[in-house]
Amino acid sequence: MLIKEIDYGTPAPEQPRMCGSSKCSCAAGVTPEVHADTPMVTLEIDGNSVTVPQGTSIMRAAMQMGTQIPKLCATDSLEAFGSCRLCVVEIEGRRGTPASCTTPVEAGLKVWTQTGKLAKLRRNVMELYISDHPLDCLTCAANGDCELQDMAGAVGLREVRYGFDGANHFDKAKDQSNPYFTFDPTKCIVCSRCVRACEEVQGTFALTIDGRGFASMVSPSEAQPFLESECVSCGACVQACPTATLMENSIIEAGQPEHSVVTTCAYCGVGCSFKAEMRGDEVVRMMPYKDGKANHGHSCVKGRFAWGYTTHKDRITKPMIRAKITDPWKEVSWEEAINHAASEFKRIQKKYGRTSVGGITSSRCTNEETYLVQKLIRAAFGTNNVDTCARVCHSPTGYGLATTLGTSAGTQDFDSVEEADVIMVMGANPTDAHPVFGSRMKRRLREGAKLIVIDPRRIDLVKNPHIAADYHLALRPGTNTAMLNAFAHVIVTEGLVDEDYVRERCDLAEFDRWRAFAADPKNSPEAVEGFTGVKAADVRAAARLYATGGNAAIYYGLGVTEHSQGSTTVMGMANIAMATGNIGHNGAGINPLRGQNNVQGSCDMGSFPHELTGYRHLSTDAVRQQFEKDWGVTLDPEPGLRIPNMLDAAIDGTFMGIYIQGEDIAQSDPNIQHVIAGLSAMECVVIQDIFLNETANYAHVFLPGSTFLEKDGTFTNAERRINLVRRAVKPKAGYADWEVTMLLSNALGYPMNYTHPSEIMDEIARLTPTFQNVSFELLEKSPVQWPCNDKAPEGTPIMHMNGFVRGKGRFMITEYIPTEEKVGPRFPLLLTTGRILAHYNVGAQTRRTDNVAWHPEDVLEMHPHDAEDRGIHDGDTVSIASRVGETTLRVKVSDRMQPGVVYTTFHHFGTGANVITTDYSDWATNCPEYKVTAVQVRPTNRPSEWQSQYYKQREATRRIEATAAE
Amino acid sequence: METLIRMANQIGDFFNSYSEVEAVPEIAIHIRKFWDPRMRKAIMAHIADHQGEGLKPRVLQALKSMPS
Repeated sequence: MLIKEIDYGTPAPEQPRMCGSSKCSCAAGVTPEVHADTPMVTLEIDGNSVTVPQGTSIMRAAMQMGTQIPKLCATDSLEAFGSCRLCVVEIEGRRGTPASCTTPVEAGLKVWTQTGKLAKLRRNVMELYISDHPLDCLTCAANGDCELQDMAGAVGLREVRYGFDGANHFDKAKDQSNPYFTFDPTKCIVCSRCVRACEEVQGTFALTIDGRGFASMVSPSEAQPFLESECVSCGACVQACPTATLMENSIIEAGQPEHSVVTTCAYCGVGCSFKAEMRGDEVVRMMPYKDGKANHGHSCVKGRFAWGYTTHKDRITKPMIRAKITDPWKEVSWEEAINHAASEFKRIQKKYGRTSVGGITSSRCTNEETYLVQKLIRAAFGTNNVDTCARVCHSPTGYGLATTLGTSAGTQDFDSVEEADVIMVMGANPTDAHPVFGSRMKRRLREGAKLIVIDPRRIDLVKNPHIAADYHLALRPGTNTAMLNAFAHVIVTEGLVDEDYVRERCDLAEFDRWRAFAADPKNSPEAVEGFTGVKAADVRAAARLYATGGNAAIYYGLGVTEHSQGSTTVMGMANIAMATGNIGHNGAGINPLRGQNNVQGSCDMGSFPHELTGYRHLSTDAVRQQFEKDWGVTLDPEPGLRIPNMLDAAIDGTFMGIYIQGEDIAQSDPNIQHVIAGLSAMECVVIQDIFLNETANYAHVFLPGSTFLEKDGTFTNAERRINLVRRAVKPKAGYADWEVTMLLSNALGYPMNYTHPSEIMDEIARLTPTFQNVSFELLEKSPVQWPCNDKAPEGTPIMHMNGFVRGKGRFMITEYIPTEEKVGPRFPLLLTTGRILAHYNVGAQTRRTDNVAWHPEDVLEMHPHDAEDRGIHDGDTVSIASRVGETTLRVKVSDRMQPGVVYTTFHHFGTGANVITTDYSDWATNCPEYKVTAVQVRPTNRPSEWQSQYYKQREATRRIEATAAE
Repeated sequence: METLIRMANQIGDFFNSYSEVEAVPEIAIHIRKFWDPRMRKAIMAHIADHQGEGLKPRVLQALKSMPS
């Protein structure tokens, strides 16, 4: 069945998210649809009594009782506009025919939605619209999904008295510049829904109505083609368009979908809900799902459009093996591949010892799949050498927040941002890396919330249409901890501590010590200015704003964690949030914006070498014994190797076999040459992936993976929300990833016999106190945020509400210790890395879509002064070298950068940005220091030696032996 | 070995602002909780063979206090 959400025409009236009134019965617990103390209004529509919250439009009230008033310019994702005049109604005792979309309900109103007068008016309106609309309905791409067509039917349009010979727009040319949708101005009715969607929902303001009267036209930027305009291709305009004016190319090609499956996007950690709209076994459109709790019906270019990789010709659908990485791959049966992998792991363990093998779980796979991989490693391999991608991104978040607050996750749900008064974004770039949440944030900022950005680079959020950061503290990379200590200094010395909050909730001895530390003049903004490079006065003002501006929320990303002091900086954020009373209520909190779709989940599922599900250290006997009993094995009580330790151990000859599911460490991890040396030293590398990724160049067994569209399971997003992933199509290689892990486990002699991922979740719930009440049955009703147990049966949108999870909040001393990676005469610049909107992580997925139209290659951003000094011009090819490696790429000269700092992304293997990044890492978690690398940049005209060599080797290690025709 | 020494010293550095009485056990606990046995063994061997050369005093003290 094709799911079509009800369109109520106008948004629901705003209500406080959490109940502020003690009289309201919903004061605690999950946000209700309508608060018990919301004033309600009763009116009569077409003779029927209806009661709705105050502020509801007549149009919405009518739809709530099931009566659809004809409409064209209204849709409930946008504020009422009142332009089409189709939704007029009559109200007893009032003159004229008011638009029902812009008229709010009042008690006792008597409204008529269908009268002879209204019918005549509506027909007249439709007649005018249709007189300038091509009548090619039968061959139109919107046929079957066109609101204009529906309305012509609804109002009973039977003739167009004006004829079709007059002035019209039939000869306007299509704009097909965007690879994903077509703009056909001949079909435009100038309802402005697209323009408003771009403003209100996405917040890009790329569209406008150009011209006046009959010449009015939708125009991207200043009459540019869509692709060249400011449009970010989020799809909100296409979704809002009531006609075929803005239409997905996939629908133009395929036709309308006939059924849909609600699932969760497999790109970033926002975890948007989508309807995979299908024709038979083929996806033809991904539509954001209005009831999605994370996205509320919005999307970005990746989730909405960049799903073509799922059927890309590069998908590997047959298992493959080879003896040496210099051999070509040989396609084999599943049985042969699995048995070969299992026998290799057994052989290696026999030769080098039990702990000589391990694996990496995937932050892109489901919770159930991740759980199974770590279970296989602990139970079937009998070692704790398991780690996950979070090692290289948010492991410091886990460590820092667990130490200070008691739990390894963000404190809020996304909706909380709607009540933030001060938003502090540190080392994150939400409009590029978490675009749908970025749009929510921008909406709140346009409503007047204040903004502090702490980032070396001028990210888009700093200056955006109708948004300007109050403070952009453009610090030198590597000085985050010093910056937060300066914030702490201001808070402590200027009397901005929320003393009551601290006294009630925090460990006072630790607090007193921290207060003395923060007050030390060495931490003052003036003292740190010399190395942070940020004016003390700005830091003081920003700290005052954070401490006194109302609800203050911190959102942060890898610009915080991927440093030698990543964990320290996370603790620094917890310190200032606790000191100012900004944890445990709506609108505040500390929120990691997590990178991959299920990186929160992969951490929750016990992917780290030292802990089991729910962040419980495996040296705790009671915890370990619970698993031992359930799994029927004895578990090693010692922590295992982390990813960087595995690679070191491989080079030392003590770690010789690895099972990697959905992870590409040979592109994503730092100091690639070191990674490659580690992988090459191993005797058996098993890769499970949808493509031959870069790591597979060093593999001996390849097990084809399945995409998110091909399996059931759950992803947990950055707000701890567990969303269902539902299978829309068959796995291309025959098995979903969880089934492949079972095959391998069974071949290793440890039986796994699940028939559905829901059974795996039941096991997780049984073994994990924070997941106690989670089941697929519950998630079918509504996705929940963990902890979800008897204490919080409907989940926990906001954590630490009645005290911290660890008991008393623990302030930690966060001494600033400069990184060992220093600039010097040979390497005078600092490189920092990041992400861009069009691409995702290593780009294996997005590079295989039309998203390359926006970002075909990684570029190096450089300040004009630095470029000038080196004789480098915009667009030049340059060499960038660090102490560990060298690569080449093209330069973009940009004043987004500060002098002395350069920036690039790591989405393309050809650039290999991580050839340059170093082995330095966070002190607590070994999270690599991606964000600070001393480099030199010079003009060049050829690829680096590494690149030439790598391309050659890459070709040689990716050959697949031709199979004989059957 | 260089990597392990650096990692151990980094852990030590974090606890610089804490008193020795607190810092030494914290360093030991951290290494015990997060380091694989072969890493601990390697650094212990370094202490036995090279008197822990390169390790900062508190770190050395913490490692020596750890049960093997």
